[in-house]
Order: sequence, then structure tokens, then C-alpha cells
Amino acid sequence: MTHYLLRRLLYLIPTLLGVNLIVFLLFFLVNSPDDMARQALGDKASTPENVERWKEAHGYHYPLFVNRDEAGVARLTETIFFRKSLALFWGDFGRSDMTLEPLGAEIRQRIAPSLCLTTPIFLVTLLTNILVAMLAASRRASRIDLAIQLACVLLMSVSSLIFIIGGQYLFAKTLRIVPVSGFLPGADMAKFLLLPIGIGVLGGLGSGIRLYRTFFLEEIGKDYVRTARAKGLPEANVLFRHVLKNAMIPILANVPMQILMLFMGNLLLESFFSIPGLGGYTIMAINTQDFAIVRVMVFLGSVLYMAGLLLTDICYAAVDPRVRFQ
Amino acid sequence: MPATFFQSWWFQNLLTLGLLTGAALLAWRLSRREYWRNAFHEICRNRLAVISFIILCGYGAIAILDSVGWRRPLRHPETGEVARHPETGKVILDQGASALDYLLAPISAKREKTYSAPLAATDYTPTTAMSSTGQPQRVHAPLTYPRSHLFGTDRIGQDVFCQACKSIRTGIIIGLLTTILAVPFALVFGTAAGYYGGWIDDATQYVCAVLSSIPTVLFIAAFMIIFGQGLPQLALAMGIASWTGLCRLLRGETIRLRETDFVLAAKAMGVPSWRIILRHIVPNVLHLILITTVIRFSSEVLAEAAFTYLGIGVGADTMSWGAMINDARTELTREPIIWWKLAAAFTFMVGLVLPANLFGDAVRDALDPRLR
Repeated sequence: MTHYLLRRLLYLIPTLLGVNLIVFLLFFLVNSPDDMARQALGDKASTPENVERWKEAHGYHYPLFVNRDEAGVARLTETIFFRKSLALFWGDFGRSDMTLEPLGAEIRQRIAPSLCLTTPIFLVTLLTNILVAMLAASRRASRIDLAIQLACVLLMSVSSLIFIIGGQYLFAKTLRIVPVSGFLPGADMAKFLLLPIGIGVLGGLGSGIRLYRTFFLEEIGKDYVRTARAKGLPEANVLFRHVLKNAMIPILANVPMQILMLFMGNLLLESFFSIPGLGGYTIMAINTQDFAIVRVMVFLGSVLYMAGLLLTDICYAAVDPRVRFQ
Repeated sequence: MPATFFQSWWFQNLLTLGLLTGAALLAWRLSRREYWRNAFHEICRNRLAVISFIILCGYGAIAILDSVGWRRPLRHPETGEVARHPETGKVILDQGASALDYLLAPISAKREKTYSAPLAATDYTPTTAMSSTGQPQRVHAPLTYPRSHLFGTDRIGQDVFCQACKSIRTGIIIGLLTTILAVPFALVFGTAAGYYGGWIDDATQYVCAVLSSIPTVLFIAAFMIIFGQGLPQLALAMGIASWTGLCRLLRGETIRLRETDFVLAAKAMGVPSWRIILRHIVPNVLHLILITTVIRFSSEVLAEAAFTYLGIGVGADTMSWGAMINDARTELTREPIIWWKLAAAFTFMVGLVLPANLFGDAVRDALDPRLR
């Protein structure tokens, strides 16, 4: 087991290096640092001295990959790739391209509002998905099952934008139950987060219920369920004590990934509801074309995704004894 | 071939014709195998799927009508005389428009000055006019074309129904082209990785892991910032971001197929590997490709709306439902409320995505009952 873990952790490093390289190439093959400087300064102020000064202030005055002016190790370390991309590996997030403020502190500050939004969505969605899917699966082909399936397909067919805009218009503007957007730290955040959480849950229900329903259907079709029912066990017992535990294996296997991606925040919700989280930060970076922030967010996303894959495998091994003894 | 050829109507018409011929050819080739005929009959038995397919065909027909077009000779606005070049005498043609534009011309030509409600007879905002008794009063002036706009008009007076119809082509292209662009790469790398194993498999797994761990929105944002906005760029970016899933699926299926009797027999007979892949493995993974295409279609159409809101969608010159929803955001806050642009985009989008979901479910159940 530890052997496997160690191998996976070692595999993490070349993958993250690959991600870093691809994003770096994506940004710098088309836009050289000179182009970035000229774009930031504007046409009139783009004299060669201003461009050089901008590049020095932002740390882009080194060559891209190899610095031929230096000797030894400095050949590789005094480069943009080393100082900007590889530096992410040891937590040096650098500074924003537009405002020059340090990114590490900003990101640390924005994690909490993101989590306050995405964690309740995740928990409520998970619970609702499991319960409704179990209901639909246990009463297969009945009217309840068909109604739930129809509702799921309808929910899946509506864009999340419509949910957000409709929800904001109906609950915030017309009924005035909750504020339209905004965020306050502390206990006040409940009234600001109520609507985004509701909309987030609604958007994730459709596909989740359908997927979990297939898991439950597969379990209910198995022989031991028929035996348990024939032995006379009450239906609730059969469902909750036997079927649920076995069907939870594929469900739980995806949970670590989802938990880790909670940190990245929900881009659309944070943007529409002006919640100062990582998702809104990413959108702001995209709109202002601040490459430094986008680089850091891509790196963070990749780290979380790979860690999520690793945790998923560990979870599978922990939950399903058949995997452990392979 | 000059670069302007690729922007001309000749190229677009040829491309559309080529795609249609390719689809017809594929359908003909598949119909010769019993597996696909059985699947077709099973889908036909499902009434909901057939209705969904008819609706999808309707949308497809509108999209095809919007993809072919031609240029017409410029006419003098008053005399109707055909314009000719002063020196050579050749007829001058206009920019050209698609078949859908020509069909919708009677409706889209009726432009108002500004907003107007669906099927309204009077203006949206009241203006001051003199009443019969000489008193100034606020009245709603009658429209130039009363009761002729099914979904009303937008801020510059254009008919919203025509805008929604033009967006159909954008939505369908995003939904189909994304997966179609991803298929060749996923097919080649997936089957090669699954069949040969070894370092090809490791390399493909590595590339898939790297590409799939980049967050989709950020990758598409980076792509659009660098290569500019536009329909082909968005389709390409979404295709690159999504081919890894299909690749993994095909690799798994290829590994399973590698051990089947007919492949082992072909190997024993000395058939070269590439031929085995082409003749035995690829036809047997086609159903996965089709299922993936149909299932992903709806989520990609919906995703386009979100991307346009984030500013990384199709450019401002292409009509799309995402752009309409984006505009509708500010319109909803006006007093009295302007709801028709959002309603039109919502109706058309749900009208495409809901049948696509239902039809996709039927296709998946018919082609791979194990996944039911």
C-alpha cells in the first residue's frame, strides 16, 4: 500500500511539471514579455525604457528558459520559467501582474468565503441526491420514479445562468426575501449565502440523482437483496442497512475529489453574487488578463485535482475490501 | 487558394455539403450491420425518443439553412436596376446572406426604434403627445409594425425571434464540433494506448493526466485570451479540453477488445497490428463515440452560455444564446421589466437541450444496455 502511495506521489511531480510547462508555453509562445509590457503600458507610453522598467518591476526581464549570460546553475534559475512557474512548487506565488500585490496572502484570504459557499452546497446536494435516488430506485418504474426522472431531465436541461438570473429576480428583487448580492463575514453571511446555496444545489441535483439512481438500481438487482426480502426483513432495513452501504462505494469514491475541488470555489455563483472567493478572483483575473493570477489558479487547480485522484484511489481501497486485497 | 476563399460562401457551402454527405455515408455504412439496425429499431419503438429526434431534426434543418448562403446582385434602391462595375460591366454582388436570413427577411426587415413587447401594438416607453383637447399627455405611440414580433424587439429594434433562430447554428456547432474535433485524437491515441500497451500507453496516460488536471474554464480562458474570441477558437478549445475523457474510455474498451477471440485469431493469422486496429477494434468502439457525442452535446450547449457570460465565449459578432442571456441580465432590472429576450433564449435553448437529453438517453440505452 505504501509502495503504491509512494509511486503515485512521485508520479505527481512530473505531471505537475507538465501542467506548468503547458500553461507556460500557452502564455509565452504567443505573448512575449515585451508584448505584455506594451499592452499594460498602452501605445503612447511604450518607449523601450518604459518597457524595460515595466519588465524589471514585474520580474519579466529574464530570458524565457535558458539564461546564456549566467554560468552554472544560474543559467537555469535566472529565467522566467524557473522564477515564475517552478517557483509555484514551493509556494512562492509571486505578485499579480496588474497590481503587484503578493498573491499568496490574497488567495489565503479568499479561501474562507469560497468554502462557506461550496461546502453547504456539496453537503446538501450529496444528502439530497442519495435520498432521492434511493427513493427512485426502490420504486422503479412507478409513477414516483418516472416523475423524479422527468424532473431530473428538466433540471439538467436548464442552464445554470437561467437559474441564477431567475432566482435573483424572483427571490431577491420581487419577493425581497434575501439581498441580491454581496457578502459580509461573520454571522451575517447566512442571509447572503442562502440564495446562492439554493441555486447551487438545484443546479447539481439533476445529473447527480440520475447517476446515483443507476448505482442503487445495480445494487437492488443483486441476489442478496432478494434473499433479504424473502427472509422477511422490513424494506427500510434492506435499503438502509444493506443496499446503501454497498451502493455507497462508487458514490464515496468520488467524494474526495469533490471535497478538494470545493476550495476552488464556484465561478458563476461567486461572480453573480459578488462573493469574494477564489472563483470570483479567477474571473476577475480572466477579465483583466492578469496572467500571474491565472497561472497560480491553474497550478492550484491541478494540484487539487491530482490530490483528489490520489485520495479517490485511497478511498476506494479503504471502502471496498476487494480492492485492498488485489 | 487565396485566403479569402475560406471566408467565402463557396467554402462554407462546400463544407456543409461535405459534412452532410459524410454523415449520410456513415449512416449507410452502419446500416449494413445488424447491431446498428437493431439499435435503430429499438430507438424507433421509444415514442419519446422519436418525438425528440423530430424536434432535433427541426433545429438541425434551421442550422443547415443558416450554414448555406449565396450573394445576390446589388440593386439600385429606387429603380431596382442591377448594379454593374463602371469599367468591366460585371455585375456587383453584395456581401451575401445565408438561406435562413433570406427566409427570415420579411420579419427581420421590420425594425422598430427600440424595445417592444412581444406581439405588442404600441411602444414600450410612453412619449409625450398632444391630446385632442390640447393637453400634453403620455401615450404609447403605435409601432411601425404592430403585432408582428413574436418575441418582441431588443434595444436597437431588432426582432428577438430572428436573433434566437440565428443562435441555433452557433449552439449546434458548439455542441457537435467540439466532440467531432476531439474524436480523431481520442481514437488514435486511445486505441493505440490500449492495443500496444507499454510506453505508448504510459505516454498517453501522462498526456491525458496533464491535460485533464488543468481546470477547464481556465484552459479555455487562456486559449481565448491568446488566440482571440470566435466560434472556431471556442470549439477548438473545448475540444482540446474534453478529448481526454473520450481517450480514457476508448483505451479501456480497446484493452477489453484486445483479448477477444476474433482479435486473437487475427493476430494468429498474422494480420498487421494497424490493420487489426482499423478493421476490428475501431468499428467496435464506434458506439462509445456516438454515445459520448450525443450525451455531451447538451452539456456543451449549456456551457457555451456560461462561457459567453465569463467573456471567453464566441465573439460579439456571432449571435448566441449566451450573448442573449447576458444582455437580458441588465434588461431585467428595468422598469417595466423586459423579459422577452431571456424568455426567447430560454425557450429555444430548453427546446434544443431537453430533446437532446431524452434522445441521448434513448441512444445510450439502445447501444449499450449495460449502462442503463
